[in-house]
Amino acid sequence: MLKFLTENHYEAGAIILFGIGFLNLLLQDNLIKKFIGLNIMDTAVYLFLVAQGYIVGHTAPIAQAGEAALATKFVNPIPSGLVLTGIVVSVSVTAFSLALVLRLYKKYKTLSLDAVLELLKEDKEDESNP
Amino acid sequence: MNLILNIPFFSIFLAMFGGIVTVLIKKGDNARRLHMTITSITAVLSFILLLYTYYGRQRFTFMMGHFPAPWGNELKAGPLEAMFALLFSVVMFLSIGGGKLLIKKDVLPEKQGFYFIIMNMIFGSMLALIYTNDLFTAYVFIEINTICSCALIMAKDSGNSIIATIHYLIMSLLGSGFILFSIALLYSITGQLLMPQLKESVTLLLQSGRYNFQLTIIVALFTIGIAIKSALFPFHTMLPGAYDSANTSSSAVLSGLVLKSYIILLIKVYYCVFTIDMIRSMRISNLLFFLGLCGMVAGSLMALKERRIKRELAYSSVAQIGYIYMGIGLGSDLGIEAAVLHIIAHALAKSLLFIVVGRMKDVSLSQDYNHCLKCAAHKDPVAGIGFLVGTFSIIGVPLFAGFASKLYLSIASFISPVKMAAALIIIAASMILNAMYFIPPTVDIWSPVHVGDGNYGPRAKMSKSFVMACVAFIAINFFVGINYKYIVHIVELGIQLMG
Repeated sequence: MLKFLTENHYEAGAIILFGIGFLNLLLQDNLIKKFIGLNIMDTAVYLFLVAQGYIVGHTAPIAQAGEAALATKFVNPIPSGLVLTGIVVSVSVTAFSLALVLRLYKKYKTLSLDAVLELLKEDKEDESNP
Repeated sequence: MNLILNIPFFSIFLAMFGGIVTVLIKKGDNARRLHMTITSITAVLSFILLLYTYYGRQRFTFMMGHFPAPWGNELKAGPLEAMFALLFSVVMFLSIGGGKLLIKKDVLPEKQGFYFIIMNMIFGSMLALIYTNDLFTAYVFIEINTICSCALIMAKDSGNSIIATIHYLIMSLLGSGFILFSIALLYSITGQLLMPQLKESVTLLLQSGRYNFQLTIIVALFTIGIAIKSALFPFHTMLPGAYDSANTSSSAVLSGLVLKSYIILLIKVYYCVFTIDMIRSMRISNLLFFLGLCGMVAGSLMALKERRIKRELAYSSVAQIGYIYMGIGLGSDLGIEAAVLHIIAHALAKSLLFIVVGRMKDVSLSQDYNHCLKCAAHKDPVAGIGFLVGTFSIIGVPLFAGFASKLYLSIASFISPVKMAAALIIIAASMILNAMYFIPPTVDIWSPVHVGDGNYGPRAKMSKSFVMACVAFIAINFFVGINYKYIVHIVELGIQLMG
């Protein structure tokens, strides 16, 4: 088991990170920490993907001038390309999430999800019992 | 070159380009007109594509930039994809047309342009999910769909809508995380992302007997991801708040179309990457069947308890999503065909209901928490009739769209005695519950409320756009309910060509 983990340490690390991110997303009350958890989850998947394309001893797939572009010298570029796309998506989602949190903070002056839900409940009770 | 082959790409491009051009349009009315023009052009093009693929009995590949596989990106279109594109364009057009006045009321004038940018983007991303032949492209458009959905929910900009958006965002991103992880795992053992190449690799791996466990995990992760995003019970918690606080047209589009676009992708992956036999042998179909049945009952029971009409419709969507997953969970071609038919029926009926409820809330005498719909049908009879047609279709009354899909779901359940018994009992129970939770609001909206001198107030001023959208929705619901055999032929051929 230990040998398997050390041989696949990138994948094992990615799965542990995914778990940490997932638990943060589910269990944290603070909204910023929730979205940090989400980012950790995404990063775990990117680590996993990049590890799939990495070949020990091979270099980045950029051919030098005057040199033949041999596929045997390079790492697989597709996972890196996918991760770049994924990072762009992740950045957009994070920016959008933080904008939402900011708006909520301006309205309720707290980052705690429980506290906001409590305030919303009070608002509804006030509406139904004028 | 045959121009019809460009329709899938052109439809997606047109919607995305429309989103970009809308940035330059200052007036909300003009942005809406552009959006409706785009959806109507797409509807016409999709209809041409449907005729071409149905009568030609073909499903073709469109190479993006003319780079062949495995380097290039691809779209694939057949009768099923064309039919979904047509359905989505028509429902989108009618949802925006029917909710025109409420968009003006709910969304700040300076933000109406942004609202239609999002509508164009979400339309483009849903079309991309329908047509894509590449799993990573599907993931990217799933994320675009997520962000756009959240933007639509928070268009009203109230405290409730922000909280509902955050809830929706967290659940959706959780689903996206599972989907991305499953795609990464699948890539790690196959080295492919295009569906036909993936199918070849997966078949070889299964024949070799290696990676059987890993493939099951991949299918399970992908399925759970899609189930979370499409709000299958018990992952439905984001829906009631989101639909209740969103604008009418947003709720119609989110409930009628966005949830379905993920399920369409799931069906495509089941057929184009795996096979339905593989899904059945991995027992994933049994899990979906069980969760579908739970959703049908639980969604209906929660709707029965609910007093706010839009939340009730949201719970009703949970029940109807349960029907769709129950069909997929039957693990047969017939079950998937019935599920597709239910996707169509629910998209037509639920979008109609949201549009009609928005109108009735707008014209009713009281905006009170519990009785906001009192007498609303007398104020706008077209809305009242629309509500009846929508509810009849959801319940599954003959001549309405929902009847055909429930009939086919029942027939498809004959695949095994246990599944047949469970499905038939739960379908019957759920239909009764559907009728039970729609009776109180129906009574409320048709009950006369006497005000002052004995009248129930003047009739609301007629909204031409609402009447036209509502009548068109009613006509389409009847058309599908009466001529469902034509649609079944298209679905059968589409599924056959995908497999």
